[in-house]
Amino acid sequence: MALAKITQVSGTAVHVTGSDIDTDRIIPARFMKCVTFDGLGEFAFYDVRFDKDGKPTGHPLDEPRFKGASILLSGTNFGCGSSREHAPQALYRFGFRAVIAQSFAEIFFGNCTTLGIPCVIATAEDIAKLAAAVDADPKLEVVVDVANKQVRFGSESFAVTIANTAHDALVSGKWDPIGELLEAKDAIQGRMEALGFAKA
Amino acid sequence: MGKTLFAKVWESHSIGKLANGQTQLLIDTHLVHEVTSPQAFGMLRDLNLKVAYPHRTFATVDHIVPTDSQVSPFSDPLAEAMIQELNKNAKEFGITYFSLSSGKQGIVHVVGPEQGITQPGGTIACGDSHTATHGAFGAIAFGIGTTQVRDLLATQTMAMSPMKVRRINVDGQLRPGVYSKDVALHIIRLLGANGGIGYAYEYGGSTFDGFTMEERMTVCNMSIEGGARCGYVNPDEKTFEYLKGRNYSPKGDAWNTAVDQWRAVASDKDAVYDDVVNIRAEDVPPTVTWGTSPDQAISVTENVPTPESATTEPGRISIQEALDYMKLPAGQPIKGTKIDVAFIGSCTNGRISDFREVAKFVKGKKVAPGVKAIVVPGSQVVDVIARQEGLDKIFNEAGFEWRNAGCSMCLAMNPDKLVGDQLCASSSNRNFKGRQGSPTGRTVLMSPVMVAAAALTGSIADAREVFSIAG
Ligand code: SF4
Repeated sequence: MALAKITQVSGTAVHVTGSDIDTDRIIPARFMKCVTFDGLGEFAFYDVRFDKDGKPTGHPLDEPRFKGASILLSGTNFGCGSSREHAPQALYRFGFRAVIAQSFAEIFFGNCTTLGIPCVIATAEDIAKLAAAVDADPKLEVVVDVANKQVRFGSESFAVTIANTAHDALVSGKWDPIGELLEAKDAIQGRMEALGFAKA
Repeated sequence: MGKTLFAKVWESHSIGKLANGQTQLLIDTHLVHEVTSPQAFGMLRDLNLKVAYPHRTFATVDHIVPTDSQVSPFSDPLAEAMIQELNKNAKEFGITYFSLSSGKQGIVHVVGPEQGITQPGGTIACGDSHTATHGAFGAIAFGIGTTQVRDLLATQTMAMSPMKVRRINVDGQLRPGVYSKDVALHIIRLLGANGGIGYAYEYGGSTFDGFTMEERMTVCNMSIEGGARCGYVNPDEKTFEYLKGRNYSPKGDAWNTAVDQWRAVASDKDAVYDDVVNIRAEDVPPTVTWGTSPDQAISVTENVPTPESATTEPGRISIQEALDYMKLPAGQPIKGTKIDVAFIGSCTNGRISDFREVAKFVKGKKVAPGVKAIVVPGSQVVDVIARQEGLDKIFNEAGFEWRNAGCSMCLAMNPDKLVGDQLCASSSNRNFKGRQGSPTGRTVLMSPVMVAAAALTGSIADAREVFSIAG
């Protein structure tokens, strides 16, 4: 399966402040009653974007000036909590193509990578600097250069980190491993036999 | 140099290296539930693929099933659609399915061990972050995303990066009124909600040796709340005894061979760990959470922290945020906080031993007026045993509602939900904002016996006082 090589993501950004933003926050469980992921985007961060009467709370994601942002900025341990892929799917369908945060929860990070969403790690200072620049000019073009592990905006730039495995997978267009996994069919059968699981 | 169980299982299940440097890992047992699987089956259809080893995938329904009546069609059409989808997928792809009418349905992490599907030395994955529960048997078990569910269905393998192993020793005797749930919360409190990122936790020490399998499951279950994707206990005689005679356990000669293999897979005496943490059992108090992250926990006898007690500015903000959300006054005792709802159940504490233990204390007593108290067995099998023992009656007479099996108010994808800012004393595993179905609902995690103490007194209480547990 030929997949796109994700060497960089560029677009405008929006900052969702806070740490330990968990998957229940990203997509509340009640919106997971679905048999496809289509349509999940509109429910991203629902409970912080809308009050209990469904009125918008003025969350950054709904501010007109940040409309169309494709890069999400946040704090530490972003995406902690459940393994639900609904969370990255909701972000993807909302329009996000990259996340910059101080750290990521492991399962969430893996799920994002498999969808081709680079999650890069930056320092609190760099994120604050970028957030301030975005706040001053929401139309600022931000480039997440995955290949060179760098974020650029205006005349500024800072280094980011990303696990090598994810970096290589994204850059080489192998972020969805299904093709490679299928190729090992015979080895899998051999191992299933050796472990005694081949037959019912 | 000795090896850990993790290393041995990883080696025996590695198929090879992938281009991105990750390992292609064979997962011998795949568990499936209705929420994270429909999209995966859909992807399989799109790619025109079959399930490679249908007999190694086991499905059940737990998250969305109503617990007042399990009769289909459900009043919620979305829930009904999800269950129909799983019915269809199980049939079309030929996987084993513990449906509502099977008598074996339940929370996937209760069903696996109960049926003997969970076995030492294996690899288990499920599109659910509490899959680490199965690690109690000495299996490497972890939660995965829906795309990985697809990968497992199609190939019985997935891409995975190795983990470091942290040995957590708990030694000694727990004080009376302190339970394995308290050990889990205490570990998370000590190491933090993300202290385990990148690690598999190996739990051991004399406290774990003394634990029943169900107690071990409670601790392994909450590994993910500490950031560790998997957590396990080395298999021992208790493990084998639990598994003997279960539906999917090996029988006859195969049993003896299996036990020999299971013994050999345990970590070697001289195994080397990436990190070791030592905890004394006597230091573990009855623990409750006060905030919106599972590491925001204190002894029931302590005061809720003040924002000023934080050593960093982000720490101060996070305490303040949590206190605001929980509507708890800073620096005041947590004891005495009024509760609205009491929930006993979930894959953390929804097993027969949990209900037996609580029943001992609530027998002949009454839930405080105004408190809604529900008890939800983890599986239909647990339900049947409890009814045979008359536990349902004890709970009903005490003013609890004895429900049908499912996840229920653990994450409230079914009709069991908090309303408004109700506060729930809960035996589940997550106290995230909005977790129990109301965007402003509040959750205080604790052991089932502590939930019972809160239910009877109407406020967060020290079970040792309420039930005169000597210590
Ligand atoms: S009981 Fe709760 S934590 Fe366990 S599987 Fe169900 S929803 Fe998840």
